[in-house]
Amino acid sequence: MMKFTSDHEWILVDRDFATIGITPFAQEKLGDLVFIQLPKLGAVLEAGSPAAVVESVKAASDVYAPVKGEVIEINQQVADDPTLVNSDPTGKGWLFKVKIGDRSQLDKLMDEPAYQALIAEAH
Amino acid sequence: MTVARAAASLNRTPLHDLHIQLGARMIPFAGFEMPVQYPNGILKEHLHVRAAAGLFDVSHMGQLVIRAHGGDLTHAAIGLESVVPVDLLGLAIGRQRYGLLTNEKGGVRDDLMIAKMDDHFLVVANAACKEADEKYLREALAGKYDVDRLDDRALLALQGPKAEAALTMLAPGVAGMRFMDVRAFEICGTECIVSRSGYTGEDGFEISLPSSAAEIIARKLLESPHVAMIGLGARDSLRLEAGLCLYGSDLDSETSPVEAALEWSIQAVRRSGGARAGGFPGAAIIVDQLKNGARRRRIGLRPEGRAPIRQGAPLFRDSQTRDPIGSVTSGGFGPNVNAPIAMGYVAPAVAEVGASIFAELRGERVPVRVTKFPFIALKYQR
Repeated sequence: MMKFTSDHEWILVDRDFATIGITPFAQEKLGDLVFIQLPKLGAVLEAGSPAAVVESVKAASDVYAPVKGEVIEINQQVADDPTLVNSDPTGKGWLFKVKIGDRSQLDKLMDEPAYQALIAEAH
Repeated sequence: MTVARAAASLNRTPLHDLHIQLGARMIPFAGFEMPVQYPNGILKEHLHVRAAAGLFDVSHMGQLVIRAHGGDLTHAAIGLESVVPVDLLGLAIGRQRYGLLTNEKGGVRDDLMIAKMDDHFLVVANAACKEADEKYLREALAGKYDVDRLDDRALLALQGPKAEAALTMLAPGVAGMRFMDVRAFEICGTECIVSRSGYTGEDGFEISLPSSAAEIIARKLLESPHVAMIGLGARDSLRLEAGLCLYGSDLDSETSPVEAALEWSIQAVRRSGGARAGGFPGAAIIVDQLKNGARRRRIGLRPEGRAPIRQGAPLFRDSQTRDPIGSVTSGGFGPNVNAPIAMGYVAPAVAEVGASIFAELRGERVPVRVTKFPFIALKYQR
């Protein structure tokens, strides 16, 4: 099941591993992306620490690690073509995968209805 | 991410309803609620301007009329020459020049477009500076000149290779204008002042018109299949590609025209040895810098990778030394260059085109190359 942060990241958990990206709402607000900096393989990220940077023509925005974990895979395709995040933010536009370091942190994330309520409020 | 909400106290331009109808994202800018982008987004809007034509609402900018008592144009020119290092006496009626309103330290109060009309000068000033400019000009020109701010007029910019085709549908005569010409035209029954100029590096026009007619004429222009509405976001990336300064970022009260590489805006007649040399605020400093150079210089920058280097990034001579040699004043991604671009200030010794220096980006030094302006080929209709 996909979970969400209030910073508009999504996280998809599969056993001990989690795939992370930005939400359709976030990509729409950012506009066409022109550059993405992904974390380094093997980096150990703390929950809430800056993990990646997504940049539009106008601005750079940090993507935060939703949970503690070691980066085990990065999506080189989005580094080569950042617009994949615009066209398919929750699919081909995933950013990186981590081996979850603290499963208890998953409980603090939002489920889909809670996240939808958050962005409805922001609109 | 936060979603901007416009405060109720902000001014609105006469095109506000049109912006909302077109789905603009509005942001506060210089006291106005302004469209930063439309649903197409900054990247596509930027590319559209260079491929076809874009219409910009720049009604937030200041429009000032400077007239000598009695309407004598020579007196008006001499008056204005006391505040800007520009040859205005030698400017023909129906022409305009870019000029800098300098201060006593040789810095810049504002950058202006100054048009010579039949019996007055029409000045376009930055939105954030217009009130201060008006106050300053009233004081500096007190006694012999009238300074009026035209708050009842809107300003539209139509920019891009199809701008002429789109505007000639409404005003056929504009086809005969060349870059920096300024003329009055009747458009849809309304008297407009049209200049062939802009802030994108493209051919195009700026149209000063009564606020009451702005929406009708904007909608007429948008009927052209070539024309799309463009927000301030793309306006900024377009001007950056064109190597043009943004006042407040690349130019300010502490920066001289020579430091800003804008000495081309000071004609020979206002320089040392010229018939009307000096005679403007900061003249001694600026004339000296014209001869001997300044302690820093605005340069173009091309980061070597794909990562944009943005405003405020410190610049270094190499990958090791601790002390910065300058900083980036504007930076981002150039959609037509298809690469990151930036401008900044460094000491003249390192301002050589082709030099490789470093910028600090998220704690790392990344190589950037010093380049010439502009980053794209200018398309002015000279």
